[in-house]
Amino acid sequence: MAFDPKNVMQDRITDIGPPKYDKFFPPIIKENFGKWKYHEILEPGVLMHVSESGAAVYSVRVGSARLLSTEYIREVCSIADKYCDGHLRWTTRNNVEFLVSDKAKLQPLLTDLRGRGSWFPVGGTGNSITNIVHTQGWAHCHTPAIDASGVVKAVMDELFDYFGSHKLPAQVRISLACCLNMCGAVHCSDISILGVHRKPPFVEDERVQNVCEIPLVIAACPTAAIKPKKFGERKSVEINNNRCMFCGNCYTMCPALPLADAEGDGIALWVGGKVSNVKSAPMFSKLAVPYIPNEPPRWPTTVQTIKKIVEAYAAGGRRYERIGEWINRIGWERFFEKTGLEFHHEHIDDYRLAMTTWRTTTQFKF
Amino acid sequence: MALKHATPMLDELEKGPWPSFVSDVKRMAAKGNKMCEDWLGLMELSYKEKEGHWKHGGIVGVFGYGGGVIGRYCDRPDLFPNVAHFHTMRVNQPASKFYTSEVLRKLCDMWEKKGSGLTNMHGSTGDIILLGTTTDQLEPIFYELTHDFEMDLGGSGSNLRSPEGCLGMSRCEWACINTQDIIYDLTQEFQDALHRPMFPYKFKFKSSGCPMDCVAAIARADCSIIGTWRDDIRIDQDAVKAYVGGEIVPHGGAGGPRKDFDIKAEVVDLCPSKCMEYDGKTLKIHNKDCVRCMHCIRVMPRALRPGLDCGATILMGAKAPILEGAQLSSVVIPFIKMEPPYTEFKEFVEKVWDWWMENGKNRERLGELIQRLSLREFLKAVELEPDPRMVNTPRYNPYIFYDPATVPGGWEHDATEYRKRHQA
Repeated sequence: MAFDPKNVMQDRITDIGPPKYDKFFPPIIKENFGKWKYHEILEPGVLMHVSESGAAVYSVRVGSARLLSTEYIREVCSIADKYCDGHLRWTTRNNVEFLVSDKAKLQPLLTDLRGRGSWFPVGGTGNSITNIVHTQGWAHCHTPAIDASGVVKAVMDELFDYFGSHKLPAQVRISLACCLNMCGAVHCSDISILGVHRKPPFVEDERVQNVCEIPLVIAACPTAAIKPKKFGERKSVEINNNRCMFCGNCYTMCPALPLADAEGDGIALWVGGKVSNVKSAPMFSKLAVPYIPNEPPRWPTTVQTIKKIVEAYAAGGRRYERIGEWINRIGWERFFEKTGLEFHHEHIDDYRLAMTTWRTTTQFKF
Repeated sequence: MALKHATPMLDELEKGPWPSFVSDVKRMAAKGNKMCEDWLGLMELSYKEKEGHWKHGGIVGVFGYGGGVIGRYCDRPDLFPNVAHFHTMRVNQPASKFYTSEVLRKLCDMWEKKGSGLTNMHGSTGDIILLGTTTDQLEPIFYELTHDFEMDLGGSGSNLRSPEGCLGMSRCEWACINTQDIIYDLTQEFQDALHRPMFPYKFKFKSSGCPMDCVAAIARADCSIIGTWRDDIRIDQDAVKAYVGGEIVPHGGAGGPRKDFDIKAEVVDLCPSKCMEYDGKTLKIHNKDCVRCMHCIRVMPRALRPGLDCGATILMGAKAPILEGAQLSSVVIPFIKMEPPYTEFKEFVEKVWDWWMENGKNRERLGELIQRLSLREFLKAVELEPDPRMVNTPRYNPYIFYDPATVPGGWEHDATEYRKRHQA
């Protein structure tokens, strides 16, 4: 029965969950599920997986913008129809993968993809810089300090050669979050681009009582910088600016405490994180650059700083060494020297557990 | 055809070799999509002013659900009326994101009719994100998703968020557990928690098939389910020889087509627990000392494979910074078999949630609660025994909260007897 706007509960279906994972599998994936034996990257962006049965599947990985129109998705569909019997998948890092079971179709697929302008760059495998995981930014979020899609586009344009090649010591994972909420979880990436605010929120005393739950706002502040105050007959809050570390959590709870500001906001860069347990344990990313101004539309300072970091790593990292492992080997004093980045007060932790990060040995390099 | 709003700044993002979201949205606008047209204008304004123009979400949703829709309104409806209301719908993705062109095309047809035609494939958590629709379309879209697509909304707010895993056994030789089935099973089992907020804050499950952790479960999930094994790495000594002899490209070709492979420098010496030896003929692994980091396996995938006694390590508490700082997940169950119907694991999860719902403050993630009340309290509540695998090191401060039950006489002193022995 068709949807009836006057009776929305009619024939209602709820709680069915997503389609089962194998519903859209290509036959070769279904047949060889759990039987894969090994894989090889034939060229950047092209993976071959071989099953115990001897069957092989070829996956061609292409970068996408993540913010995609139906027009784009339709084009992807027509490519999948032509070469993959209509099958395709997305990766966790916003890449599209075309899965080919007939090797004869591999080269025609690659030629086709490369003939479609800049829409379908092939790469993102092995020791490359793959696609950037990112958030919404100015495109659709209410708390961003920076845009997301534009910064990502500008950075990937500059690092494009690294996407389609295997010339780095190891893979480099870049991620971007447009505020400290980090819905992109950028705290463990080789390089993270983070939107930051630098001005405490201002209080719209007239509005606070109408749009906010004051106790929740007070409780939301990690440094207890917010206390209640009277504003004439109305209830409002007062912020101790000296305790603010610009997390924006109070604004999430209360729209009458805006902190976005064209000159206050910008980018902090972090380096050396990883999530994989390979060789070394997972690591957090650490501060490399405390602040770079917002420079739309192409954020040149951010782009060039990231390039500097990547090039210093490419020159100094040993085979299999992630950025964080490279830094741990050479030491942070050498990292700042080799990248030419300046070391400031902001680099020295002064939040909780700060002393666990201070140097408590005479071992360092001159 | 000229678009409604000039976008000189955004146009700069049409240059360069990487795919341009601006070109993509512009071709939608050029076809007469009014939402896309105004969205471009609004973005251009943000680029000019260096500030975003979206307001806090209003309370919108579909009947009976407390999540899955993010209300979004623009703060300049006077200039951009077609994106005045621009709500997001999160659609729960099939685990690890395999699709057919048929279902995607159908989704495009629906979304062009009932929404902006803009999407995220995918959101950070994993959902298909449909970006931008109006309140009156929410119920019709939900009806169509459930009836014609057999799809459902994902999680938002203080709900269970849509679980996600790596592609696991579907196309990876290293998957020690069936991540896709685990994720699908948990998603189905906990539909109520996914659609109706009952927690202090969000809760995420993520599952990776091996310690390489391709979905970043250890950094992002309140409950990280990571595949591992307890027995010996499988070795094919002939394939080891082939790697050493330069017949097979090392690292599965990840470092390019090289012929200069050095097994000692690249494998034996880089083993973090130094559990390997190579005498020029045979590779020996002291499996008792192996920490299963995967380095040797990934460098020689045709010679080495994970063992066969597989299961998962369960780690808990990861999150991004807000509120108390970023955390990685910590080991709470070093090894558990993960086989359907996952009863032991689900019972454990229920215990965790009971403790968190009982003790957690508003917007307190599980990892923060464990930090506030201690890992010991957590372990007691969920009936787990302490294990050295749960810590990097035992404590180095002497401030131990001794349990009175372990002290003869508990915390009681006999003051009279004490003073008989010691004059005041």
